[in-house]
Amino acid sequence: MTAPVLRAISFVECSARERLSHIVDAGSFHEWLPPAERVTSPHLAQLGVPMAFDDGVAIGRATLAGRTIFVAAQEGEFMGGGVGEVHGAKLVGLLRRAIRGESGERPAAVVLLAESGGVRLHEANAGLIAVSEVMRALLDVRAAGIPVIVLIGGANGCFGGMGIVARCADHVVMSDIGRLAMSGPEVIEASHGVDEFDARDRALVWRTTGGKHRWLCGDCDALVDDDVAEFRAAAITGLESSKPVTLQLLETEHALLVNRLHLLDGEVGGDEAISLWARLGVVDAAGVGDLNVDAVRALRTV
Amino acid sequence: MEWNTLATALFGPDHGIARDGDFLRGSPSFDGAPLTVIGTTNHAPIGVRLALAQAREVLDTLAHHPGRAILLLIDTQGQQLRRRDELLGINRAMAHLGMTLDLARRRGHRVLGLVYDQALSGGFITSGLIADACDALPEAEIRVMRIPAMSRVTKLPEAMLTALSQLNPVFAPGVDNYVAMGGVRRLWRDDLQAALREALADAPVDDRRAQDGAARGGRRLAASVTQRVLDAA
Repeated sequence: MTAPVLRAISFVECSARERLSHIVDAGSFHEWLPPAERVTSPHLAQLGVPMAFDDGVAIGRATLAGRTIFVAAQEGEFMGGGVGEVHGAKLVGLLRRAIRGESGERPAAVVLLAESGGVRLHEANAGLIAVSEVMRALLDVRAAGIPVIVLIGGANGCFGGMGIVARCADHVVMSDIGRLAMSGPEVIEASHGVDEFDARDRALVWRTTGGKHRWLCGDCDALVDDDVAEFRAAAITGLESSKPVTLQLLETEHALLVNRLHLLDGEVGGDEAISLWARLGVVDAAGVGDLNVDAVRALRTV
Repeated sequence: MEWNTLATALFGPDHGIARDGDFLRGSPSFDGAPLTVIGTTNHAPIGVRLALAQAREVLDTLAHHPGRAILLLIDTQGQQLRRRDELLGINRAMAHLGMTLDLARRRGHRVLGLVYDQALSGGFITSGLIADACDALPEAEIRVMRIPAMSRVTKLPEAMLTALSQLNPVFAPGVDNYVAMGGVRRLWRDDLQAALREALADAPVDDRRAQDGAARGGRRLAASVTQRVLDAA
């Protein structure tokens, strides 16, 4: 090993299980329905498509800073982290188990390492329903006062229905290379042309969906470097993040979103992301792309 | 079915539901009690603006009409596929809409979805699919993606997907498939007023869709896999 001892371990380069091992307390992850149980998708088998023995998501119990948590990690290398029937049911089971109220098992939080393109199209209908079941189960956990923490920093980002699910959580952590949105740029380009969204313009893609943009808009609660240690520290902070959903909270949320919508009313000259940041009051919005995470963290106004 | 025909069949010609662009809203009376109706028409794409307009109606109902039932009339082509909507955080606006409806359920409002024309993916997850129960008209169309597009994305032959869709409801569009999978509770046939009355009376408060999917044979694994997680040592 020639690498210095303190060199950061890249979150994006890790597999889902590697991420898990770095985020939770060392050796504490206890998996439910592990690959040895071979809980696989029957639909992929029917299509002759390769399956995974965990259907692309690892779930279980662990400790984080000594406290019991329930945790899930989606594997982006398998079908882009797409949610199918089994994958979704594992997430629902994890969330329901968090609130079933058995003595000694109530976790301090549920942590989701999200990496997903959303619904897995190979089992589209079942995946769509599954994502909505995950959303409802997540909100049940949140309503029980158990914070749900979502970590986003995988190469596939967090899109589609999972992009909605993430925004239902109490606490969202993103790296600057993480992405959080609904429709992928390729889908938008395919629908409305390259002038609408050039999916190959990486800078534009990140200005539209990336971690820095989401931080400046207030769409994530922590912005970190692509470093598993920073994700872990932010997840520990999230243990105290429980925010009950009340009418007041939703009115505040509504006002924030309406205000943001109106910031781009009318003609916007030049780049829309930079205009939006400037109108949010970000100093030197045009320079954000070149700044490091530390510098961007200081710029948020909302 | 055209929205005004549906509204008239349910609430009579003086239903008072107004259309503003693709957005529908009103508070017609049903069996003597007012109901909040929120909907979209014209296969509306749901962007940030339309998601927020719907959320506003839910919030107003929560604030001013505690306990009033909410009926969602669904006709959408899915989420708005525009870069500006992504920039503005369409996923957050959708989540917000879903959370307003979820809070309404928790505060004792009956929340019903009715797919009366078309429902697709993103526009559906935070409306009908987060209601207490989602029903549909028999002629409605529900899907994530058409088979030709699905074939392109998955790189599987169209003929294969079409053949499999006869056997397995997870692949193919169709309201019957969604009923079989538990995503749609039941279809409203014939007497629409009787169907609404029944839906208001027997909407479940817990999420029973996985059990329904298992019982109907359309989604055989979701409920049992969830149970296995609950039982795992």
